[in-house]
Amino acid sequence: MRVRRLAAWTALPLAVTLGLAACGSGGDGGSGGSDGSAVSIQIAEPQHLVPTNTTETSGSQVLAGLFSPLVDYDAQNKPYEVAAESVTSSDNKVWTIKLKDGFTFHNGEKVTAEDYINAWNYGAYAPNGQGASYFFEKIAGYEDLQGDKPKAKEMSGLKKVDDLTFQVTLSAPYIDFKTMLGYNAFYPLPDAAFSAPGVLKDSYEQAPIGQGPFKMKGAWQHDSKIDVERYDAYPGDKPKVKDVEFRVYQQLTAAYADVLGDNLDVLPTIPTESLSTAPTDLGDRYQTSPMSSFQFLAFPTFDKNFSNPDVRKAISMAIDRDEITKSVFKGSQQSARSFVSPVLPGYRDNTAGKAGEFNPTEAKKLYQAAGGPSKIVISYNGDGGHKDWVDATANQLKANLGVDAVGSAEPKFADLLSKVEKKQPVGMFRLGWVMDYPSMEDYLGPLYSTNGSSNYYGYSNPEFDKLVKEGSAAKTQDEAIAKYQQAEDILAKDMPVIPLRFGENVFGHSSKVKNVEMDLFQRVNLVKIEAAS
Amino acid sequence: MFRYILRRLLQMVLAFFGTTLIVYALMFAGQGDPIQALAGERPVTAAQRAYLTEKYHLDATGVGGFFYRYFDYVRSLLQGDLGQSLTGRQIGDILQAAWPVTLKLALIALAVAIIFGVTAGVIAGIRRASIFDNSTLVLTLLVLGIPTIVLAPLAQYFLGVKWQLFPPTAGSDPTFYALLLPGIVLGSLSLATALRLTRTSVAENLRADYVRTARSKGLVKRRIVTVHVLRNSLIPVVTFLGVELGNLMSGAIITEGVFNIPGVGFNLFRGIRTEDGPLVVGIVSVLVVVYLVSNLVVDVLYAVLDPRIRYE
Repeated sequence: MRVRRLAAWTALPLAVTLGLAACGSGGDGGSGGSDGSAVSIQIAEPQHLVPTNTTETSGSQVLAGLFSPLVDYDAQNKPYEVAAESVTSSDNKVWTIKLKDGFTFHNGEKVTAEDYINAWNYGAYAPNGQGASYFFEKIAGYEDLQGDKPKAKEMSGLKKVDDLTFQVTLSAPYIDFKTMLGYNAFYPLPDAAFSAPGVLKDSYEQAPIGQGPFKMKGAWQHDSKIDVERYDAYPGDKPKVKDVEFRVYQQLTAAYADVLGDNLDVLPTIPTESLSTAPTDLGDRYQTSPMSSFQFLAFPTFDKNFSNPDVRKAISMAIDRDEITKSVFKGSQQSARSFVSPVLPGYRDNTAGKAGEFNPTEAKKLYQAAGGPSKIVISYNGDGGHKDWVDATANQLKANLGVDAVGSAEPKFADLLSKVEKKQPVGMFRLGWVMDYPSMEDYLGPLYSTNGSSNYYGYSNPEFDKLVKEGSAAKTQDEAIAKYQQAEDILAKDMPVIPLRFGENVFGHSSKVKNVEMDLFQRVNLVKIEAAS
Repeated sequence: MFRYILRRLLQMVLAFFGTTLIVYALMFAGQGDPIQALAGERPVTAAQRAYLTEKYHLDATGVGGFFYRYFDYVRSLLQGDLGQSLTGRQIGDILQAAWPVTLKLALIALAVAIIFGVTAGVIAGIRRASIFDNSTLVLTLLVLGIPTIVLAPLAQYFLGVKWQLFPPTAGSDPTFYALLLPGIVLGSLSLATALRLTRTSVAENLRADYVRTARSKGLVKRRIVTVHVLRNSLIPVVTFLGVELGNLMSGAIITEGVFNIPGVGFNLFRGIRTEDGPLVVGIVSVLVVVYLVSNLVVDVLYAVLDPRIRYE
């Protein structure tokens, strides 16, 4: 009896002490630099912070502060040199990259040509499993670094000329190679990042050392934040703020509440739920800017229901794009009637021609003449907020074509893809695309060429493949664009996909900052942002 | 008593391995293509696919593959290694960062439930059918009727954004004050249940024979209520709160999301979304331990509250 009581009475205080111990560590949120010029920006938890392993927006936003790219894009989205002095080639096959003098890594190391070569070789080497390795596939010798047991550890196409110059030989001429260099996979890595040649330190990612306008302040605090501060030895344009806090949010709605309460400075994406109220909530702090995303409906061209281009065109004509962008997206996206994004050099309005115009009577006539199926299914991934517009589109098809049309959700994008890859009957399906660098080739090549990495719909047209290839191998940009445009015209004829919408950055900021600008890649411009006084 | 606790602890070991096996099997069966889930809508390169497949033995499928991977997992678990998440972070580190925050939040919620729920329940039980009793009845029904997914954003909008009484989100490394609002939201549901339970139980015990006896002995009412009635009435409430602590720890997914608290719920949600098997199993294993321990503590506390209960 006594023993029982003793045990019982010790159980309670034990539970209480455990709780108190957990409550012990408090601490303040910590707000910014001494001169007050600190801003906070919403991100999701990045997957990785190694340049060659970062393919999502949040990681790329952080790296954009820590690194300076070889080239960036001007208002017309043409590349201009930043960390590079010049990027030249006489035949578009052998490129000479000269670096600007004066760039140093945050640990004091001078940036040399070798830092680029080492970083790119690391990224391309298959056993390192880097997510952005495909960016290097155009460089000669990339193949030797692939497979389980690669033949080489270094690409034969990379050659150091002197400390600040290196030569890149491509396996085939590529006109847009200079444009490509703006992507974060092409950042350099300091010697300090490697524990041995070709072996990245595990700890590097926790506090990446770059050569950009900001350096890490402390380490990456997973799931909570990444603090960076201005790097004073940076030779390029100096940022206007001293500190930037990239704050990790798991839900955009939480971040939105924080922007309203002036508790967070920049929210790069306004959540869909708040799109209708955001313009009044935020006033002139609600902003939009061009972005490269492209939403479309794809046809399984191997399915005989959809193998006739006239059926595909009729379906496209039966969709009232403007109505959907207005009612579902509240004007936060634009109707698309071309196959490449309007942000690109070479973009033309309305390349889909008549098939892009909303014309229910013509559509119905064409659809019946071409013998389209009596039931249309539109598959989408249920985790991406696509239900509303897919259902709206299905309803339009039902009303305008007189067919039975329904939306069908797959749990995740991966489920949708695996069904499509196995050629299971999914009907039409939604897909989206965001460019890696501003070139028409980055839309046409992966999406529609026969071996394109994201051509899930089995579209194949040798003429199209030939034109894209000729475009990449062209001597001048104008010549390349002319070829790409011819290729796009073929798409308008074949209609393997229905262009639906082009995206926009829809962002908001607090009353504590001004000059908030966003680029085509959904990243906040960290050099231009200022604290409002 | 000690034998009882020892026996319970041994049962816990069995229960622990049983649940990890089940959870591991469920994750294994439900796993579609974790590599694509990780990459989102981008195409995955062959090199990266090969790298991740080899690192996490994703090519081991079928029954044989399942046991291979499960025993591999358990072997490292016994060595104190929870493994790596698919993004390459140590799951031990993730849990270490997430648990304190969630525990803090759960304790605030529990404190809210005890302080307000039990007190109001006792008062309502003593003054049955009074205005206080009726108004708490209406209020608790209201709270029980509103799901957290509605209550949390509403509280955030009015108290955090509109009237600015609390910070709208707590964020990482939050202050006690910043956790107060999410704690109250999280605790409101248990508060309502605790209140109803206490009220009923107090009201019932007040009519019991031993209370009549005590009253006829001439004991003051305060002593009857605080010493005799309360002690007997708290038994069901303690059971409820003990189980509730486990619930609060695991069930904070919505609240942690709305108030941006990087705790266990957040990681569990992300783990499920990205089909990150090792992460989900790791979190659930620890949750199982929390449940088992809190249940044991509750059972031991019974003996204190009710001397008639004995454990052998």
